[in-house]
Amino acid sequence: MTNDMTSAYADLGPGEGMRPDRVRAAGRVIISIIKQVVVLLLAILMLYPILWMIASSLRPQNEIFTNMGLVVTHPLWENYVAGWNALSHPFGRYVLNSLIIVVFAIVGNILTCSMAAYAFARLNFRFRGVLFGFMLLMLMIPIHVVVIPQYIMWNSLHMINTFVPLIVPKFLAMDGFFTFLFYQFLRGLPRDLDEAAKIDGAGHARIFFQILLPLMKPAIGTCAVFTFIWTWNDFFSQLLYLTKPDMYTVPIALRTFIDSQSQSSYGPMFAMSVVSLIPLFLVFTFGQKYLVQGIATTGGK
Amino acid sequence: MSSFTEFGALVKNRHRPKDKPTDTKVALGFLAPWLIGAFFLSLIPMLYSLAISFTKYNMIKPPRFVGLMNYRHMLADPRFLSSLQVTLTYVVVSVPLQLVAALALAVVLDRGMRGLSFYRSAFYLPSMLGGSVAVAVLWKMVFGSDGLFNAFLGFFGVDTSMSWIANPDTANWTLVALHVWQFGSPMVIFLAGLRQIPRELYEAASVDGAGKWRQFRSITLPMLSPIIFFNLVMSVINSFQTFTQAYVVSGGTGGPSDSTLFYTLYLYQQGFASLRMGYASALAWIMVLIVAALTGINFALSKFWVHYDD
Repeated sequence: MTNDMTSAYADLGPGEGMRPDRVRAAGRVIISIIKQVVVLLLAILMLYPILWMIASSLRPQNEIFTNMGLVVTHPLWENYVAGWNALSHPFGRYVLNSLIIVVFAIVGNILTCSMAAYAFARLNFRFRGVLFGFMLLMLMIPIHVVVIPQYIMWNSLHMINTFVPLIVPKFLAMDGFFTFLFYQFLRGLPRDLDEAAKIDGAGHARIFFQILLPLMKPAIGTCAVFTFIWTWNDFFSQLLYLTKPDMYTVPIALRTFIDSQSQSSYGPMFAMSVVSLIPLFLVFTFGQKYLVQGIATTGGK
Repeated sequence: MSSFTEFGALVKNRHRPKDKPTDTKVALGFLAPWLIGAFFLSLIPMLYSLAISFTKYNMIKPPRFVGLMNYRHMLADPRFLSSLQVTLTYVVVSVPLQLVAALALAVVLDRGMRGLSFYRSAFYLPSMLGGSVAVAVLWKMVFGSDGLFNAFLGFFGVDTSMSWIANPDTANWTLVALHVWQFGSPMVIFLAGLRQIPRELYEAASVDGAGKWRQFRSITLPMLSPIIFFNLVMSVINSFQTFTQAYVVSGGTGGPSDSTLFYTLYLYQQGFASLRMGYASALAWIMVLIVAALTGINFALSKFWVHYDD
């Protein structure tokens, strides 16, 4: 479109209209202003629901569905107090439960996925191809084919309503996405590093833990950030394994909230929804670098 | 490079004379956690679920062999068929829409947009929050009868108090909207991909008189097609497994009138609410076949539009 317009003016030639290069420049400015405005409106439109939820969480009940604006003149913190204490435990308990799982998940993923990646990227061993293929295959196969037997297994081990079924898989490198991420990153590190260390008499354990692992900081950051988000948001497996209110995590508590609340208490529900998003906002703010790096290098989710 | 290219390389190099497996013992150490997991949490469970898919099993009485009954039952199970329809509609509509939105925004932002990093963050944020229960709760409110969406429509003179969530004809579309809303994640990937395209190509095309649209069709699209393809395949696989949003929006029922009964939600209901573990396992394996078929179709069609350098 830009081109058609400017060439039409260009045909006028000098003297007949404005000078073509000036017209072209003016056209470009107008187009870019339109573009700016459209993109800005779209960004506002996309963020509006979230901002509205935050605003609504600070409003009295009767105002929530009548006021669609974002301005809160008299912020009301009662919704937060009410929401925090609405379930059988204070909401902080659920936040703590979620955090415990998240921390173990991050440590487990970083440690075991990077170890598996080292084997695949740097070592020659029997069945390497087959095993690597299996790892990639499990990335693409829906977890639902393993989830029922896993549930039966954890149930027979009396592990329902513990964090074990949610944490143990992370210490067994079951998130192939991260193994692949570390694998890609390791392949980008020069092998000379390993060779030099080997000549100095270092074994594989020392090469990995003392030389390569410190160099893998960006990948570790990406792994930590994504593990945080996915574990924090995980609903399916937490719904399966955590059925006692003592063990509830944030997503499960929020769900219970919807079920238990009458229609008239959206304020507290919005307030706790906002609370549940705060850690994500924080991770987003401080981990953005790793997020962008991660999805750009692996083409991930 | 994506995991596909890796996968392809593996298959291709199958007959290459292998390097001597010199590090097997060390590798066993590094791989020990994964090997234990792959065996006890992947391989054995897969075989086990395949086995019990031929049985009736409710976790109380021992499994009873019933042959293909679970699979045959599916064909006559209206809720299975409607869950399949709901899920396929969702996948076929929401995945392309999301990718087109992501591509459009990536191209617009890539061309010297002011405030690029702000917009990248603003558009990416929904992808991070979109999987949460909180946002699903929010969505329920936004598309409720006195929600934000109707207020937005009222702004344009469309006056309605319909609840888009409670209406079986529209409930699934609100979830499609939720998926499209999260276009930021593929957009960031496309932005990174656009950076890789040599500027000289555009300059040369421009000298030859190619307009912006022509440049997009003949340079951007082919050069980006492997990345688009990778995202398409992964999005189809992932969105077929959508669970949280449908569960929260419908309160776990898949309603109204099964209009948000996603495949995984139905599987969950059968397996974990009704304890029909055999039937649920059969559902899971049919799901693998469906997802594999969709992936196969994507690969078959990729011949016509995906360009690789070699």
